[in-house]
Amino acid sequence: MPGVDSTLDSTRGGADDGAPAVEIDGLVKRYGSTTAVDGLTLTCARGAVTAILGPNGAGKTSTIEICEGFRRPDGGTVRVLGLDPADPALRPRLGIMPQTGGVPPAARAGEWLRVVSRFYAHPLDPDALLGLLGLAGHARTPYRRLSGGQQQRLSLAAAVIGRPELVFLDEPTAGLDPQARHACWDLVRALRAAGVSVVLTTHQMDEAEKLSDHVVVIDHGRVVAEGTPESLTGAERQLRFRARAGLDLEELLAALPSGSAAKESPSGHYIIEGQVGPQLLATVTAWCATEGVTTEDLRIERRTLEDVFLELTGRELR
Amino acid sequence: MTTIATLDLTPRPGAAPLHRMVLAQAGAEIRATLRNGEQLLLTMIIPILLLAGFSAAPLVDVGDGRRVDFLAPGILALAVMSTAFTGQAIATGFERRYGVLKRLGATPLSRSGLLLAKTVAVVAVEALQVVVIVAVALALGWSPHGDPLWAVPLLLLGTAAFSGLGLLMAGTLRAEATLAGANLVYLVLLGLGGVLFPLDRFPAGVRHVLELLPISALTSGLRTVLSAGGGFPGGALLVLLCWTVAALALAVRTFRWE
Repeated sequence: MPGVDSTLDSTRGGADDGAPAVEIDGLVKRYGSTTAVDGLTLTCARGAVTAILGPNGAGKTSTIEICEGFRRPDGGTVRVLGLDPADPALRPRLGIMPQTGGVPPAARAGEWLRVVSRFYAHPLDPDALLGLLGLAGHARTPYRRLSGGQQQRLSLAAAVIGRPELVFLDEPTAGLDPQARHACWDLVRALRAAGVSVVLTTHQMDEAEKLSDHVVVIDHGRVVAEGTPESLTGAERQLRFRARAGLDLEELLAALPSGSAAKESPSGHYIIEGQVGPQLLATVTAWCATEGVTTEDLRIERRTLEDVFLELTGRELR
Repeated sequence: MTTIATLDLTPRPGAAPLHRMVLAQAGAEIRATLRNGEQLLLTMIIPILLLAGFSAAPLVDVGDGRRVDFLAPGILALAVMSTAFTGQAIATGFERRYGVLKRLGATPLSRSGLLLAKTVAVVAVEALQVVVIVAVALALGWSPHGDPLWAVPLLLLGTAAFSGLGLLMAGTLRAEATLAGANLVYLVLLGLGGVLFPLDRFPAGVRHVLELLPISALTSGLRTVLSAGGGFPGGALLVLLCWTVAALALAVRTFRWE
């Protein structure tokens, strides 16, 4: 109902006008002797989708929970919409989706969402939101009987129901099937189109690549790279193919123009970088033919965000 | 069919008025209590069974007078303890475990608003308990004798004291420990607090200590003003006030929200 405005609306404009959605400078968070966040600095612009990428234990959730006001930093400064994250004035302006839980197991999905909607002055219609996220048939189902993906979607609905300015989504699509993942992505895109700022964490490179305006890769509690998805993956192209393991790459490199690079990673998977074009392609296939090597799955492609991510954060399991 | 285009996601943040938030949360808590089988057993079925059973059968020597006159005030005290202490401690303990309290902290509902909602829910459930218990007691022939208006401050202060103790437990112990502990305390206080067995059956030294328990104070106070024809229950109110102040002060200092 446009035109009808409540005096309870939180301040818009004023001192925080124009402040970034999130501004973190030198953030430190320790748990006992473990340093989870180690001097992290990043800025999330208003009206944009920022993806925070990182392996398990990189400090993503600690960072986002400090922004949400759940934890206090041990060092550095954090401003959310220009305010201290603990400021109660932020609560109506933020929508949050925790990684798990937060809903009483016996609560019925529709009733719980309706209760949450009553905390806000201008909430979205809970039933419409349930329908949009494919939960209309589960309004009377207790939370604990929902599938993992349904629980995630209910949590996402609660994050946006109060018509927030800024939404924090902690691994929003973890455990979702492809249909539900696309529904979630559509909602994030719609939020962005409506001018809502979104900060999300994810392990999924395609998600970060498809959804975000800005990607921040963090590891060991620090920012190791950031930029648009395009700037991170670069314009550089690669030639990739599969063949038997253990080809003599020195010999192949000798046949290629200088400045080329070749590597086998993992075993039996080859990546050639350099002036990737018809000439290089012809050289590689000719060399393979003389060596009697059958190549499979030969293709030229751009580096993916996953390649960048693995280069930056290493391959070892955490 | 809802499509994303029909949903207006343009930011329009704002908190609802406090009373609407509190009533919404209190309503959710009342529904949760009334739908939970274990909670109903604890808050409704056990008190009614004890009232009816011990009124009908001469299992305990309650001294002079009709058994229902002795039992009804004690069962009302038990009802307050079951809801304000045991039920609230267990429910809040598991809310903490499941991250519900943390999640609510991210909404415009403030912590004081949440506590207010919990209080409204507890008082509403207690009102229901009082109506049912009084109706059953009257049907069993209870003839109240005294100054029932004094029962109101006793019930309210008893609620505050037991809520403080319940939140103290829920905010510090693990959910499973709260579940076990709150049930154990309920049983022990049921046995030692003069609910079913008069305290004068205990040796004098023990009795003086037991009289300082919140359940004993509430039971004896209610018995004074509802069955014994007494007036201002000063001693009972003082004991309950001390428990309230001590428990709430400790709970405020120690409560962990996650």
